[in-house]
Amino acid sequence: MWHLITAPILLPMLTALVIMLPPVHYSPMRRRWVSMISSAVQLVLVVILLLHVQQNGLLHYAIGNWQAPFGIILVADTLSMVLVCLTSFLALGAICYGSAGEDEKGSFFHPLFQFQVMGINGAFLTGDLFNLFVFFEVLLIASYALLIHAGGKNKTKAAVHYVVLNLTGSAIFLFSLAVLYGTLGTLNIVDMAQKVAVLPAEDLMLVKSGGLMLMIVFALKAAVLPLQFWLPATYSSASAPVAALFAVMTKIGIYALLRVYTTIFGADAGPLQGMAADWLLPAGLATIVLGAIGVISSHDFRKLVANLVLVSVGTLVAMVALHTELSAAAALYYTVHSTLVTAALFLIADLISNQRGKAADRLVSGRRVVQPILLGSLFMLAAMAVAGLPPLSGFIGKLMLLQAVTEPANRALLWAVILMCSLLVIVGLSRAGSTLFWRVSGGDASGDKAAPLQVFAVCWLLLASPLLVIFAGPLTELSQQAAAQLYDTDTAARAILGSAATEGDVP
Amino acid sequence: METLFASCIGFLTFCGIFLMLRGRTFPVMLGLTMLSYAVNLFIFASGRLTLRGAAVLGTSEQYADPLPQALVLTAIVIGFAMTAFLVILAIRARADLGNDHVDGKLPDADGMKRESR
Repeated sequence: MWHLITAPILLPMLTALVIMLPPVHYSPMRRRWVSMISSAVQLVLVVILLLHVQQNGLLHYAIGNWQAPFGIILVADTLSMVLVCLTSFLALGAICYGSAGEDEKGSFFHPLFQFQVMGINGAFLTGDLFNLFVFFEVLLIASYALLIHAGGKNKTKAAVHYVVLNLTGSAIFLFSLAVLYGTLGTLNIVDMAQKVAVLPAEDLMLVKSGGLMLMIVFALKAAVLPLQFWLPATYSSASAPVAALFAVMTKIGIYALLRVYTTIFGADAGPLQGMAADWLLPAGLATIVLGAIGVISSHDFRKLVANLVLVSVGTLVAMVALHTELSAAAALYYTVHSTLVTAALFLIADLISNQRGKAADRLVSGRRVVQPILLGSLFMLAAMAVAGLPPLSGFIGKLMLLQAVTEPANRALLWAVILMCSLLVIVGLSRAGSTLFWRVSGGDASGDKAAPLQVFAVCWLLLASPLLVIFAGPLTELSQQAAAQLYDTDTAARAILGSAATEGDVP
Repeated sequence: METLFASCIGFLTFCGIFLMLRGRTFPVMLGLTMLSYAVNLFIFASGRLTLRGAAVLGTSEQYADPLPQALVLTAIVIGFAMTAFLVILAIRARADLGNDHVDGKLPDADGMKRESR
C-alpha cells in the first residue's frame, strides 16, 4: 500500500519505455495494446489508492526515505487522488480514441502520451513546490511534441506560441521559487505554510511578490483572462485525442492555485491570507464572459469547444477565489464533470469533421454526416451536459457552484455572470448543432464511418456524466471530504512533518 | 559583490525581455536563453552569496546552502532541453510557414499586399 502511491508516476513512465523497446515498438497493434492495458491497470490502481486514502486519511511517501522538510515527498490526499483518477479515466478514453488510427499519423504518439500522463499525475501528487516545477516541465515537453503530432501549418504556428509562452512561464515560476526559498528557506508545501505563519514583517513584501508571481504562472497554465490568448488556437489545432488530454491541463493550473493559496497562504498566513483572491475573482468572471462570447462567435466547432474550456476555467477560478470549503468542494465536482465532457466534445468534433468532407468542422452548410443519428445523439448529450441542462452532471455541478456562493454581494455578481453565460453557451451550442447536422447542402453522405473504438472512447467519456448524476450523493460527499482535508492544514502538517517538528517551529 | 551580482541579473533580464518582444523566432529564442541565465543566477543567489563557503561538511569554517545549487542544476538541465526543443521547432516553423516570424506571417508583407490591390 505504502509504495502504491508511486504507481501513477512510475507506471506510465515504464510503459512509455517499454513501448519504445524493439518487440513492442515495431508493431502498431502491440504499441496500442500495451498503452491501453497499462492505462486500464493504472485506472484500477488509482481507484484502489483513492479508496485507501478516503478511509485512512492522507498518505505521504518520502522518496529515497529522505524525511519531509529536506527530501522530496509525494502526498496523496483525497483532492489529489480524485484528480489523478480523473486523469487516468480521461487518458484511457483518449488512448482508445487515438488507437483507432490517429496515432499512426506521426511517430511516438503512445510514449509521449504516457510521459504526459506521468507529468500530470506527478504534478497532482507532489508535496514539494520545486518538484511541481519539474513535473510541469515533464508534462509540458511531452505536450509540445504531442501538439505537433501529425504535423501541419496550424499546429506548428500554435506550437511556437505555446512553447514560447510556457518557457516564459517556467522562467517566472523559477524566479518566484527562488524568492520564496530565499525568504522561507524551504520548498516543501506544508513546511512553507508553517514558515509563512511566523514570517518576520520585513520579509512580508518579498514573500508576497513571490506568491503573486506564482499566481501569474498558474494563471497562465490555467488560461485565466489576460493570459488566455494561447488556449483557443492551441486546443483547436491539436489532434483530437491530444486535445482531449489537454482538457485536464488547464485544471492543473487550477489545482496548483487551490493548493498554494489554501495551504501556504491560507488561514494561518496572517496578512498574506487570501492575497490572490482580489485578483482571481474579477479575472475568473471576465474569463467566463470572454469564453461565452467566444462560444457564440466561433466559426468552427473545435474553437467553440476550446472556448467552452475557457468558460469552465473561469468558473473554477472564481470558485477558488471564494476561498471557502464549500466552494472548493463544488469546484472539485465541477472539475471532474467539465474535464470529461469537454474532452468528449473534442472527440465528437473530430468525428463530425471527418465525415463532413471539405466543410470539416467549420460552422457552414456542408455535406451530410454519414452517421447522423449516432453523432447527433452524442453531440446532444455532450452539449446538454456541458451547458448544464437538468438531467446530466452539468446541472448538478452548476447547482453546487451556485449554492457555494454564500456572500450576498458575491452571490448577485456570480449568479448573474454564470447564468447569463450559460444561456450564451446554450445559444452557441444549439446554433452549432443545427448548422452541423441540419444545414445540409449538396452531395451525398460519403466518408469513413466512425471506428468502433472511437465510438467506445466517446461513450466512455460521456458515460461519466450520467454516472456523476447517479452517484451524485457519494461523490459530493467525497468532494466535501476532499475540501475539508485541503483546509485542514494542521493535520496534514502533523502527518507529514511529524508532531515534533510542528511544535518546534512555534517560537 | 552583491551589487555586481544583482546588476548582472537585472541586465540579463532586461536583455532577455527586450529580445523576447522581438518579432522573429531567433531573437525570441536568444531572449529566452538570456532570461534563463538570469533565472539561474537568481536561484543561486537565493542561498545567499558567500565567499569560500563549501557545500561539503567538514571542509571549511563556513558553509554555503547546497540546495540552491541542486535547484540550479535541475533548472539548467531543463532549460537547456527546452531551448534545444525550441530551436528545432523554430527551424520547422521556418520550413512549414515559409518565414521566421513568430506569427507565421510577416506584418509588412500583409501591408504590401493590401497596397498592391
